[in-house]
Parts: sequence; C-alpha cells; structure tokens
Amino acid sequence: MFVINCPYCGERDQSEFSCGGEAHIVRPKQPTELSDDEWAEYLFMRKNIKGVQFERWNHAHGCRKWFNMVRDTSNDKIHAVYKMGEKPPVI
Amino acid sequence: MTKYRINKTRFVDQTKTVSFTFDGKKYHGFEGDTLASALLSNGIHLIGRSFKYHRPRGIMSCGSEEPNAICQINDNTDLTEPNVRATEIELYEGLKASSQNCWPSLNFDIGGINNLISPFIPAGFYYKTFMWPKSFWKKIYEPLIRLSAGLGKSPTQPDPDIYDHKHEHCDVLVIGGGISGIISAKIAAKNNLKTILIEDKNILGGSTIYQNNKNFIIDNQKSNEWLMNEISELEKLDNLIIKTRTSLAAFHSYNYLLAKENISDHLPLDKKNGSIRQRLWKIRADKVIVAAGAIERPLIFNNNDRPGIILANSVKKYLDFYGVSTGLNNIIFTNNDSAYETAVSLFEKGISVKIVDIRKKSSSNIVKNAEDLGIKIYWNSTVVNTFGYKKIKSIEIMNLSEDGSNVTGNKHKIQCDCLSISGGWTPMVHMHTQSGGKLDFREIDQVFVPTEKSENHINVGSCNGDFELEEIVKNTNNKVKKFLNINEGGFDKISVLCSKESEKKNIWLLPNTISESKTKSFIDFQNDSTAKDIKLALREGFKSIEHVKRYTTTGMATDQGKLSNMHALGIIADTAGVKMGTLGTTTFRPPFTPLTFGAIVGRSVGKFFDIVRKTSIHEWHVQNNAKFENVGQWKRPWYYPINNENLHEAVQRESKAARDSAGILDASTLGKIDIQGSDASEFLNRVYTNAWSKLGIGKCRYGLMLNEDGMVYDDGVTTRLGENHYLMTTTTGGAANVLSKLEDYLQTEWPELDVYLTSVTDHYSTASICGPNSKKILKKLFPNKDFSDEAFPHMSYQNAIIDKIECRIMRISFTGELSYEINVESKYGKSLWENCIAAGEEYKITPYGTETMHLLRAEKGFIIVGQDTDGTMTPIDLQMDWIVSKKKYDFIGKRSLYRSDTIREDRKQLVGLLTDDPNEILEEGAQIVFELDKKPVDMIGHVTSSYFSPNLNKSIALAVVKGGKKMKGQKLFVPMENKNINVTVSDFIFLDKDNKRINA
Repeated sequence: MFVINCPYCGERDQSEFSCGGEAHIVRPKQPTELSDDEWAEYLFMRKNIKGVQFERWNHAHGCRKWFNMVRDTSNDKIHAVYKMGEKPPVI
Repeated sequence: MTKYRINKTRFVDQTKTVSFTFDGKKYHGFEGDTLASALLSNGIHLIGRSFKYHRPRGIMSCGSEEPNAICQINDNTDLTEPNVRATEIELYEGLKASSQNCWPSLNFDIGGINNLISPFIPAGFYYKTFMWPKSFWKKIYEPLIRLSAGLGKSPTQPDPDIYDHKHEHCDVLVIGGGISGIISAKIAAKNNLKTILIEDKNILGGSTIYQNNKNFIIDNQKSNEWLMNEISELEKLDNLIIKTRTSLAAFHSYNYLLAKENISDHLPLDKKNGSIRQRLWKIRADKVIVAAGAIERPLIFNNNDRPGIILANSVKKYLDFYGVSTGLNNIIFTNNDSAYETAVSLFEKGISVKIVDIRKKSSSNIVKNAEDLGIKIYWNSTVVNTFGYKKIKSIEIMNLSEDGSNVTGNKHKIQCDCLSISGGWTPMVHMHTQSGGKLDFREIDQVFVPTEKSENHINVGSCNGDFELEEIVKNTNNKVKKFLNINEGGFDKISVLCSKESEKKNIWLLPNTISESKTKSFIDFQNDSTAKDIKLALREGFKSIEHVKRYTTTGMATDQGKLSNMHALGIIADTAGVKMGTLGTTTFRPPFTPLTFGAIVGRSVGKFFDIVRKTSIHEWHVQNNAKFENVGQWKRPWYYPINNENLHEAVQRESKAARDSAGILDASTLGKIDIQGSDASEFLNRVYTNAWSKLGIGKCRYGLMLNEDGMVYDDGVTTRLGENHYLMTTTTGGAANVLSKLEDYLQTEWPELDVYLTSVTDHYSTASICGPNSKKILKKLFPNKDFSDEAFPHMSYQNAIIDKIECRIMRISFTGELSYEINVESKYGKSLWENCIAAGEEYKITPYGTETMHLLRAEKGFIIVGQDTDGTMTPIDLQMDWIVSKKKYDFIGKRSLYRSDTIREDRKQLVGLLTDDPNEILEEGAQIVFELDKKPVDMIGHVTSSYFSPNLNKSIALAVVKGGKKMKGQKLFVPMENKNINVTVSDFIFLDKDNKRINA
C-alpha cells in the first residue's frame, strides 16, 4: 500500500487512487489515416516493465484529477509525480 | 500440584485454578497457562492425529509454529473454531477444547490404517491415482476425498462476535517484545519518537524473560532479572504504546502493516459478553524495527513425530515459564549448544536428563556447565529410531561416521518419556521478505538472513541472525541508533557475558541403517510429508522448490511450514548436489499466522457489508409490497406482486397494463451527468457515435458510447437544456465508470475543451409514466401545459411546475409506448410520485419494476448494455448502423469499427429468436447451435434476453448469433439438458415496428 503524493492534494493512501496504465501514449490526432497495425499499436500495445515505468494515476476518491507517476515496478519506489501535460522527469 | 507441575514461576499464578475440558474430560490448570501447558501439566501429550496417516501427535513447540497440537475450540454451532494452536490459546475458565482429525476417538482412530498402508500412498498419490478411470471421479473419488479432507469443523451459524478495525500512525513500530525489541523500543521512545511495541504473547520478554542461567549475565545480573527491570522502566515511558497479545499479520510496502490484537479471547466465558473479540490495527509507520526472533528447528530422523518429542527450547519454556515438566526422564537430541540450557534447567529441577549430540565436542561454557553437573553426553551420535505409539518410550542411537553421512557401530537403546530436539535456529525473516526485502544464505550455520537495503526498516536480534546474547544486545543498540540517527545514550556501556558456540554441525537428514523407503522421517508434521517424499519428487523431475513444495504439500499446512521449509530446502540441496543458497526460498506470504475472517472484515458485516443506495421514492415501494433487485449498489423495485403473485404473474400483469393503459416506473437510479461549457456540443460529438451539434435546445437524443476498441460501452438519452448545457443519462450500473472515462478524456486527451462535468444522479428523482393514457395523466398533473404533439413532440423536453415545484419533463421512451419522464429535485421525489399515482388512479396506473421494463423494451427490440452486449459487440453487430455517423471525422472508437476483426461478417450479431412452440420460454444464456448431430457441437451464439410477451401472446428472445444478420428465417436449435428447443431467427423488433405507439 503506497503513499502517493497527489500533485493537487498531497500525500494520500493508495486506496484513494486508481491506476490508468502506461503514461505518455497520445491518442492519434488523425486515426482514420492509420493502418490497422498502427492503430493496434496505439490501442493494445502496452509496456510491462520490470523497473522504472511511467504510469497514469487518478485520484479517484479525492480530487478526481489525473496525473503521471514514475514508479519502479520491481520495488514500488515512486520516483516522481507530475501533472498532466508536464514534461516527464529524467530518471 | 499435579505430578508434572514441578516448579513455581512468576508467570503462572498457582493460586488461581482454572478449569477446562479436553475431549469432554475436565482438567485444571492455572491462570497464565496456555492450553498446551495446562494439558502437559496433566500429563497429556496426545492431542491429535496427523492429516494423512492419522499418526498420534502431541505438542511440539510453545508458539505459533506449532504443527501438531491443533484443536477445535468450543462445541457450539456459532463460536466453534477449528485449527486453533493449543500453544497459543490462553487458558480461561470454561474453555472447551477437543482433538481433530480422528474417528471414532483420539485414542482409537480408524484412519490410523493409513499409517499401515503408507507405502502405497506416497507424495503425488492423489495426482497419480485419481486420474483414471474418468467415470470414477464424480461418484467415487470426489466424495472419498471430500470425506477425508480438512482438519476441523467450521461453524455453521453466523459469527456473533464483534470485530474492530483501527488506523494508527507512529514514528517507530517495533515488532516483537523480546530483548532486542525492548532495547529498540526504549531507544526510540526515549528520543521523543512516538513508538509502538507489539508482542504476540501476553507479556513482554521473549525467551530471555525465563533465562535463569548463570552463564548469561547482563550488567552483573542474570539476564532475566536485568530484562525484568528494563520492562518496568519501559512501561513508564509516555510516548510508547505497548500492545501485547498483538501479532503482526502483514508487512506491506511503504511501511503499511496489519496487526491483530486479541482483546477478549483469553477472558473467561462470562466476561467475554459484549466485548470486542479482536481488533485489526492498520498501522502506517515512518520506521519499522523488526525484532521477530527465531524459531527452533527440529531434527529429521526416523519416527521423529511421536507425542513426547518436543523442541528443546519449548521444553525449557514449559519448565521455567509455566513450571511444567514435559517428562521426568528426558533425553535431549541436539546439534548445537542452545539445548544445553534446557539440560541444565532440567537438571537443576532434579529431572533426569541425558544428551545426544551429533557433534564430536563443544568447548563452550554452557556445555562445560552441563558436563560439570555430570549430565551424560553421547557425542558424535544420532537417534536412528524411536518407540512408543501414543507417547515416546525409548530411542535407539548410533555413532556417526567420520563425515556424518552414515552410522557406525552398535545400536544403543535408551529409555525416556520425553525427547527434546534441537536442530539450531531459523531467523523469522517473514516480515522482512513480505515488505520486499531480500535474503542472503549464511553457510556457517545454514541460515537465511536479511540483506539490509531498505531505509525504512531494519531487522534486529535473532531474526537478523544474531543468536548470542552479546551480539544481540550490542548489535541491536548500534543498529537502532544508526537507523534512527541517534548519537547519545542507548546501551553503549552495557556489559554482557554469555556462552559462545564455536563448534557447529548440521545434517539436514540424519543417516540410518535401514533404507530411506522404510523410514518415516517427518519434515512437515501437519501435512505428513517425509524426507522420502521430497526425494521422490526430485526423482520424478521436480527441481524448483516451489514445485516440490506443491507436489509434496510440504509447508502448505496451517502452520505454513514454519518448522519444515528449511529442512525441505536442505534435503533438496543435498540430494541435488547444489548449494542451498542458490535454491532461494519459497515465498513468505501474509498473514504470518492465520487471521480470522472476522478480523479481516471488521464491522463491515450485515447491513454494513456494502453501501446501499435507495431512491427518494423507496419508502413508497416498500409500502406497496415491491420486491427489490440490486443494480450496482441501488435497490430497484423488481416487481410489485399482488395477492401472492409470483414474478411471472406480476410481470405479465404489469406489462399488459403499461401497454393497455398506463404504467409508472421509478427511473431515479439512471446515471445523470450535467455537462456545461462552450465546447459541450463538440465534446458530445467526440464521445458519442452520432452527431450532436445540430440538436436544438429543448430536444433529446439517444446516444451510444463506445470504447476506443469500438465496442459498445454505455447508452442513454441526453437532453440539450441550453446553448452550452446538456444533461446526459447513463445506465444505472455504468454511471460512475462513464463519468470517470469522460473525465479521463477531458483531462488527458482534450484539455483544450471548455467542458465541466458534474454527477447529478442523486440530485434528481424521476417518475416515468408510459402507456396510451399517459398523456391524459400528464394533463391532469399539469393542467396549464400543452401536451399536443406539435407543442411537445417526442424526443423533447419542457420545464413545468407542480405544487410550486419545478420539474423537467422529457418525452422519451424506453418501452415503445407514449412516455413521459418527470424529473424533480430528489427531496420532492416521493411527493411527485404520489401525485402521479393519484392522477393516474382513474386509468388504473400500474407501478412496474425492472423486470417489466426489461420485457417491454425487449418487445420493442431495445438493447440493454451489459445484458445484450458483453464488451465484444460493436454497434454494427447490434444492427444499429443508423446511429454511427459517417460524416464525423472522429469519435471514441470510430477507427476500430473498420479494423480487420470488426468488419468480419461472421461476428456475433443481434437477432430476434422465436420458439416454434410459442409457449416455450428460452433460458437466458442458453447456447445456440446450427446442427444437432455434429460433434463437437459448434456453438454459434447464445440467448441474451428472453420473456413471454403478454402483449404478443408468445415467447420472444434476443440473441447474438454468428453471422446472424443474414439468417432471418433460419431454423436453429437451443439444446437444453433434457430436450432440444427449435427456434427461428426473426427480426429483433417484435412490436410496433413503425412507432405508432410512441407517437400516439
């Protein structure tokens, strides 16, 4: 059970949050121009890294804001949290 | 005093007698006893039968590691509890305990025959035997296995006890109240840190508190005396919370820990009443110090499981702590020095004791002490067999060969009534590994010790691999001070004298003269796994410790292998010829000791189990005899039976009334999202498949929402309340997820849109009136309103006032009838509803529930998302092409609608089904086949909705069928258990295809 530092509310228990999977996957601006393979890449392909992973989290039972989090999946160490639209930190 | 209560101690109050029963017979113990010590004081060793071979078993330890002495506590149907360790239960007046896994009685157990046929039931017996013949499984094997499975009996009535949860925060949490935990807690608390010390026993002190031996001296006092003083000082500290009878269950990441406190388990029956039984502490600690101690290892030799074979340090605890002797003629069998402390204690109390040691010599103080007392020691020897069926009577020992791999010389028989065994110590690294910590293997004494890497927790004392008193005290002091950043004070100047062990020897499986296949050297006592089972698993090709564990069930009993895991690993390593450290360990999972379900759920039982959502009209439904169904957390009226109607009869009546005159439905539970902002129309364009920009103010439109993969996600009617203001409705169950999904797109993909979403589901109550007379009823309710089709057409909304209450009236229909939905603020919901009922009385307005709603919409061919769809249906599959805009450049899921998979023509598609016999009602979920004779049968689809329609007077069904779009008129079959039902594919709109009713 992590303690997550919501960029809007501060430190809160993990039970207030939900994880939205890999971060920085941008929805294509012109989906109609993509091939099936390219669209499938966006739609289905997600990394499952043992190590540092960039993730989307939602403070679902709090401010309801989405934000990004850098977490090492091998030891659950949280390296950084940052707001949507902000540049990912170099880890 | 009984024959075996030979010593007075300060921990057991021998002036306070406590009576209890075991297997129906009454016994006496004293306040401070455990069930185990009380039984031993009465000379009772035989406590239960083993799981597989039904061998007699006795008390083996004095703590949570106990594999054998597990009992059934209480004999009533609600409070009875199986698999309780006699070593952990504190004795109270009126305690009723009984043995488990024996029939007809503990002393004469029919299952004991398994012991005789044991050569035929090796490891993997079940997997190998119950494979064939296949037909035997259901009638013979399964009932047989069920009969022999399990140990105790579950209660059959609900648990009447109260359980509690509590959250706690602290600077430092110390796990374990032994000497290292006490030192740690004192250092932390004295430095102004809010500290919690938890200890699973009823008093602090661990094994040092009864260490009354002159070889163990701290600051010129015997170590137990010194610790006693420390504890009384500790109890004076303000910022220290001491929680005894509290055991750690789980150590999660970020120092989040669960601990279970026993509050009233130890109280006499008449004092338990009304008290909370157990409390689960949820602790978030800044720093955690684990001082969990170590568990003594058994030794693995032939017939090492008889009652009266007990771990050596446990023998010492029964003697020095409880004042109970486990035997009057003791033999100690050891590979290390710690058992000599037991020998000295026994000798000092005048009890006969001899020692068998596998080592050639030992030069420590404690061994010299034993030798000086004249205790007979058999060096370089091992036990090769034991005798005595229900209690040990004698042992046979032999000399070990030079390298210890074999035995030599003659067998020597020695009489005894108790055999104390010690195979060294295993640090309790469970907490450390649960929190994500790693382990190193220490060759010299063959133990896994924690690798310190975390900044947030440390291990001290014997759970860290420090076994000698001097290292425990000094290392704990140094480590804790460094960990907590403390420079001054502590225990820097302490002087410790102790016996030090220099000769170490370990043999995981002790040699014997007879072949392994004829011995029973138990490793896992509770699951009856022996050394030969492990070797068999290896011969059969299992290599990983995790596989061997599951194949032999070693370490899988209720004790979770606390005594057995290390020996299993050691024997695997020796047999496979690899280094033990390279094998790794099995995973230590929480909880450390079993938790009651009561402690886990706490107060969330009965009506507090889950949130219940009720509409403001709920009371009326209850008064009018509604039966309810759960939709998500909502209670929705299911049907309203009159005069003992069953579901079918009530639904037939309700649906007929709704079509013939008027029906009324509480639609308040539908999800409602208020959407505002200058980009609201554009937002709806992107989230729904159809176009929204041209929807006029005051108009309503049905929308279908997809996932990005093109599959239908939710649906509902959205009303344009103003230029930049919409009210969206969602399915009852989908409301929260839809809002969350919309927020996700707004915040992460389209932050440039000016849109604000607010959930208003609970803000409004909705009465939906439908049927040919609905317009007349509305006119009575709102006399000043023009309800003509011109003034108030289908799919539009208007504001109105009733009794000064503002309403929104939407003319929309989910039933195919002329229909109005009246929305008011929730607090007026019931009054609105009652007004509607009163106004509708002359038209026999009939309240209907969800079941009738489902029937009515099925007649009309309207889908229910989640019933007729399952996350694999596109709008095209549902034959709803009309709702998918071809003009819009993009919307969620659009691109997926022409992926190679979604354009397949043989996808499952929505169709109607008519049974050849119009009175036959299909079962929802039933499979549909094309050919009956073909094997294997191709299942081409399934029934999603099925009803008997009173309005059409025949059975109707919706189904999804592969390539169904092109199958109209096709004969198909629905095979059931006892018959095949013939069906024909039809249109899925069964009633009023040209919408005459809606526009009536």
